[in-house]
Amino acid sequence: MDFLTLLQVLDTTVRLATPLLFACLAGLVCERAGIFDIGLEGKMLASAFFSAAVAAISGSVWIGLLAGVTASMALAGVHGLASITFRGNQLISGVAINFLASGLTVLIAQDWFGQGGRTPSLSGGARFNEIKLPFADLLSGLPYIGQSYAELFSGHSILVYVGFLTVPLTWWVIFRTRFGLRLRAAGENPEAVDTAGVNVIRLRYTAIAICGLLCGLAGVYLATGLQAGFVKEMSSGRGFIALAALIFAKWRPWYALFSCLLFGFFQALSFRPDVVKAVTSLDVPGQLLDALPYILTVVILAGFVGKAIPPRAGGEPYVKEN
Amino acid sequence: MTVLPKWADAILIPLLSILISFVISGLVILYLGLNPFEALRLMVTGALGSSYGWGYTLYYTTNFIFTGLCAAIAFHARLFNIGGEGQATLGGLGAALVCLAIPWPHWTLALPAALIGGALFGAAWAFIPAWLQARRGSHIVITTIMFNYIAAALMVYLLVEFLKPEGSMDPATRRFGPGAELPLFSDIFGLVGIPFSSSAPANISFFIALLACLLFWLLVWRTRLGYEIRAYGHSETAAGYAGISPARMIIVAMIVSGALAGCMAINSVMATERLVLNSVEGAGFIGLAVALMGRSHPVGVILAALLFGFLYQGGGELALWANIPRELIILIQGLVILFTGALDNMVRMPLERIFLMIRRPGRQGA
Repeated sequence: MDFLTLLQVLDTTVRLATPLLFACLAGLVCERAGIFDIGLEGKMLASAFFSAAVAAISGSVWIGLLAGVTASMALAGVHGLASITFRGNQLISGVAINFLASGLTVLIAQDWFGQGGRTPSLSGGARFNEIKLPFADLLSGLPYIGQSYAELFSGHSILVYVGFLTVPLTWWVIFRTRFGLRLRAAGENPEAVDTAGVNVIRLRYTAIAICGLLCGLAGVYLATGLQAGFVKEMSSGRGFIALAALIFAKWRPWYALFSCLLFGFFQALSFRPDVVKAVTSLDVPGQLLDALPYILTVVILAGFVGKAIPPRAGGEPYVKEN
Repeated sequence: MTVLPKWADAILIPLLSILISFVISGLVILYLGLNPFEALRLMVTGALGSSYGWGYTLYYTTNFIFTGLCAAIAFHARLFNIGGEGQATLGGLGAALVCLAIPWPHWTLALPAALIGGALFGAAWAFIPAWLQARRGSHIVITTIMFNYIAAALMVYLLVEFLKPEGSMDPATRRFGPGAELPLFSDIFGLVGIPFSSSAPANISFFIALLACLLFWLLVWRTRLGYEIRAYGHSETAAGYAGISPARMIIVAMIVSGALAGCMAINSVMATERLVLNSVEGAGFIGLAVALMGRSHPVGVILAALLFGFLYQGGGELALWANIPRELIILIQGLVILFTGALDNMVRMPLERIFLMIRRPGRQGA
């Protein structure tokens, strides 16, 4: 395998890791505050549809972004209502949200566009186009470093850069601010947060709103950056891979970056069976590469490779003492 | 303290929740430009207006009874088995292998064998997450989700690489042969002279599903094991003091759960006479809605499965005649899960207040 092929695979890795990264960080904020969310998938899907649909109608990807994020946050609000206000089962609520999104997107897509549950394909200003970093052309002649710069680092849509910058931002918010400390405490020991006079309910709603925002960005990137338009079920399990990445990362932002890149790499490889065959000289079935993130997660969960311990109060509705 | 009488808890709350889901679905249908009552009429005619419609409705109902029981037994042990889909997928593989391995002389032999094959494979697929939860503390919800995806990938691999006949492009096994053909409703009702559409897939599996409900009831409410499972579901600590091993309960409940999902294969695989990709078609997830709606009781499961069977067949008819995609059912399914499952308290809290006011006239509730 030559260097350029490697760069291509890594470039695809970055693209495929971006939606995972947004969703993974979304789950991280939410679960750190004590709310389990298996509805990442649904929020992502809803956002993908509404961003593509509104971008197609308005011609502006930024208005699309706004619509996508709004849709995702609305579903996050439903999750908050069910799991915080009405103290329902957070897992059941997440499952319900996935189905709501999966049904509604196709119904509305068919009603609006009549193309069998997809949006028209987006082009021009209705998409997030690739950004060429300065000097990319100039340096592309330079072997290795220049090539990497031009092929790998340059030429992504703005959301990719935003996604990667969200990692240090999340780290800083969760581990270096007062809000982050309280958020983590709400996920470990909400009674203590309450005793300190901080409103657990409001804290958890804030976390869910951030989760909705980030899931929204994941969906927007999926439909307007990675691909040009919405198709039925286009999130295709990414919400669950992100959940897997979150466990793999043990609920830490920098580890999340690493695990999302790893899972993105597996996805990139499953697109290039020829590369896999050339490198390993084995005929690895594509299905195995598809299933690898899930298998790895099970192995991690089984505690064979380090132990993943979720936030202690995760999944428990907080009931204030009277 | 229980504020609500038992009948309100078992019947009134689910009914109100379903009513809310249907009202919202009706509003969505209205938004899509169809009169909801017209849509309902189309669905009723399509699903219940002919023996052909009934044949499909009961075919789907059979699937949902099995997956509903699968989710229900796990709920009794306070486990959330979201892996019914994967377990039913593997069950399909088990039943198909049994049907393919031997040229069966008669369905009376093939059926029990396929049932055992499906149940074993389904149970095995549930055993791994159960063992991981019981012994290694890995969260069963996450592992069963992962196992759904692994099952799907495994199925594609096996069908494409090994099971599809030589030269075929279609990822499906060959036909099972005449000895594994199950009697359809048209055959069964024909015996007593009742005409029934012979092109509808409802078959003898429906009665096996009803039998499974009876066995489920006996297991949960009339055996020591069922008592232990329920005790564990109510309180892990109390069960522990009573000498009930939590690990054993998790594993046993999940094995039964997986086996029930696997049994679905006699209907979804054996009755279609070959194993195709995605033979489960989301029935594993519908099982969650069915179990929640049916309050994890076999009678409730039958009624809820019938409702979803009706929605499934009726939704298909709606897609055919009214340009409303089949995904309407997924939306309704999501709403039912949301309102009967997650937003249970939204209905319960005001209801409790009303009952308190009735009981103690003149005093404000709670």
